[in-house]
Amino acid sequence: MLKKRIIPCLDVDRGRVVKGVNFVDLIDAGDPVEQAKIYNSEGADELCFLDITASSDDRETLFEVVKKTAENCFIPLTVGGGVRTIDDISRLLHHGADKVSINTAAVENIDLVGKAAKKYGSSTIVIAVDAKKNGDKSWNIYTHGGRKPTDIDAIEYCIEVANLGAGEILLTSMDRDGTKIGFDTELLSTVSSSIDIPVIASGGVGNLEHFVEGVLKGGASALLAASIFHFGEYSIKDVKTYLAEQNIAVRI
Amino acid sequence: MKLVIINYGSGNLHSVHKAFEAVNNNLENPYEIIVTNTPSEILNADKLVLPGVGAFQDCKNAIHKIDGLFESLEQVVIGEKKAFMGICVGMQLLAEKSLEFGECEGFGWIPGEVIKIEAPADYKIPHMGWNEVTFRKHELMNNISQNTDFYFVHSYYFRTQKNQNCIATTKYPNPITAAVLKENIFGTQFHPEKSHINGKQIILNFLEWEPS
Repeated sequence: MLKKRIIPCLDVDRGRVVKGVNFVDLIDAGDPVEQAKIYNSEGADELCFLDITASSDDRETLFEVVKKTAENCFIPLTVGGGVRTIDDISRLLHHGADKVSINTAAVENIDLVGKAAKKYGSSTIVIAVDAKKNGDKSWNIYTHGGRKPTDIDAIEYCIEVANLGAGEILLTSMDRDGTKIGFDTELLSTVSSSIDIPVIASGGVGNLEHFVEGVLKGGASALLAASIFHFGEYSIKDVKTYLAEQNIAVRI
Repeated sequence: MKLVIINYGSGNLHSVHKAFEAVNNNLENPYEIIVTNTPSEILNADKLVLPGVGAFQDCKNAIHKIDGLFESLEQVVIGEKKAFMGICVGMQLLAEKSLEFGECEGFGWIPGEVIKIEAPADYKIPHMGWNEVTFRKHELMNNISQNTDFYFVHSYYFRTQKNQNCIATTKYPNPITAAVLKENIFGTQFHPEKSHINGKQIILNFLEWEPS
């Protein structure tokens, strides 16, 4: 049976982890490569780096981080943040990323989705969607790291990028992000039931039960979390053990 | 001994290279690993690896665009029977044809065709993530337990004409070919380079393999 994936996400700024894990044995807690290695050995199913470096001059450091991670962790690595062009995608893949996540650039230039999927294969292209609830069963997407609203309907947008060849959707609920009150399972299930490609749930996870809800209520194929792992509240193993106890298939 | 990883611009080339390097470094007699698309170097290879992600036709076109690449591959793999491993689309290319985006001819080294995964509506396509693999006993599967998880990403699969050429399968929920084998030609639908410890074991098995 296909397993539900648990994906830890690291925010990286100028090559350094922004919110790091307090692992005892870590020599350098700010080194994304060191953190990635730990998640890798703990049984993470994939890794995700979100580059939040503001200045493009400092982006070179990210490539080095991606390269070193790929040399040490033999599980899939998704890298996103500031990906604007085919050339950006190409450079990340060349340095060892397995998938590239595109957010703002896909909204501003929807053709990029199809072009990227055709050139590198659908499975390489993840479309990151930041969605915020308007009212009943309707969400709009935001760009620029959630700072800029749009009048684009999130569900329609997900259907469109799926049709254009996106391989999966990384769906973040802006209402839930950072709240620890659980995924927006209504958003998740609405998107997941509207498209054929996998949906990665993101935003709001605060306890083990939330992971279960993401799968059972939200219909997510994968669950992404950041702070819950970084602050050592739960390990990847805790999450997987709990999911397995609830009869959800995970890779142990 | 030389192991050649074919470089035709495939997206997973770097990952494949790094994974083979990591396993190879622990061998008593490591291979010289060469990443190349030069026919003369391919002709000198003792073992070959063909990575591949993306669309079947794009990969095939990329290979045929490089002068003499396919011919040299054919000579070493079919003519001289050197050990060969294809990964993902690199494995699908061994088929006679693919039906992805219209019909497209493959290498035709293993009888069968590449067709769309047929799954119930609530099964997401691509088949993406870790899934259990069952296999027929073979030295390429040494030290792997039945039902071990490997990482898959694909929407099409290789339906071999002969059962004997399909040595491993996964379920989604119908059986899907996970690995093929014909004499010196081996291929995996899953990504060993992304399948953590068990993926490295498959790579090690291939490095140690001496097809008879």
